[in-house]
Amino acid sequence: MHEFDLSSAIVATVNKHAEGRKVTHVTLRIGRLRQVVKDTLEFYLAIVGRDTPCEGATLEIIDVPAVLVCKTCQNEWEIEIPAFICGTCGPGAVEVKTGEEFMVESIEVEDEEDAACTAPR
Amino acid sequence: MHRTKVRVVEDALDANNTIASANRSDFDRSDVTVVNLMSAPGAGKTTLLERGLENLAEEGLRVGVLEGDVQGSFDADRLSVLHIPVVQLNTDNGFGGECHLDANMVRSALPAVPLGELDVLIVENVGNLVCPAEFRIGEDSRIMVCSVTEGEDKPLKYPLMFRACELVVINKVDLLEHLDFDVDRLEANILQVNHHAKVMRVSAKTGEGVDEFRAWLKALPARVAAEAAHDHDHDHEHHDHADHEHATA
Repeated sequence: MHEFDLSSAIVATVNKHAEGRKVTHVTLRIGRLRQVVKDTLEFYLAIVGRDTPCEGATLEIIDVPAVLVCKTCQNEWEIEIPAFICGTCGPGAVEVKTGEEFMVESIEVEDEEDAACTAPR
Repeated sequence: MHRTKVRVVEDALDANNTIASANRSDFDRSDVTVVNLMSAPGAGKTTLLERGLENLAEEGLRVGVLEGDVQGSFDADRLSVLHIPVVQLNTDNGFGGECHLDANMVRSALPAVPLGELDVLIVENVGNLVCPAEFRIGEDSRIMVCSVTEGEDKPLKYPLMFRACELVVINKVDLLEHLDFDVDRLEANILQVNHHAKVMRVSAKTGEGVDEFRAWLKALPARVAAEAAHDHDHDHEHHDHADHEHATA
């Protein structure tokens, strides 16, 4: 259910970086711990992006696994269920290494050819 | 036309976090500790405040409440008997009723909040276990209320929320004798998801355990200040400290 609000945040970030240019492709990097339902996010992005520079853009989501690290034994492991406990040392020194990302990684925009040719390189 | 790839690498919630930082600066300037209070609908946030904030001013803690609701002022009305500053913030302005508070909504309500008269401001978020966990509002501490009528598995289903909070108040324990509910299992599930969480068992209705909540609240400003001072040292923002760092670098 949070996908609608997250979509609004993504569209705002994308359009800010698009600087008025039409956006054709958006790449997101989303950690498993964010509990984002991809189909729902895609559905809302299409709605929220309507009449903005990212209307019609294709979407790519890079899925980041939930990886924990135990600072006591330096063990690293991926979790599939929300159990933030080290099998050897217990929960005391467990930290999230990856899986909390919610990033706009890159966008692809259409440049006007004139601008592309005349802009200083 | 030709297509250009633009590297962005920006947290999509940065815009919210920037406003949250501005809120935080305002709170710090007024020396107010801010609590973001969250729960599912009906877990008992308002009842906990009714019991937990009663006569706290006489015990030396000046508390105010910013009441977030989709619509209406039912909760704010209930708290009016406390004779403390209560400001209503409805989320239906222009967008059909948001299911959470974000930093900008809180910011819009701040002019009505008498920050100079408060030690602690409690922001009662909209009842929802999902979205409020995503949006920082400039708070110092996040707490949630989880009631024994909700199911022991909730921490495993909503880990984002349970991981975001430093205090989990298990409410409605007066109902336990009528329920087939394993409160130890709930607590174990909370700790499995968030080992650092403090867990309290409370009945906001009978008052059981509420004193522990009041004590936690009274101790909060000093603890937050101590943690901030500690972080401050680590940020090398003190001139002498910074010089020291440069000298040894």
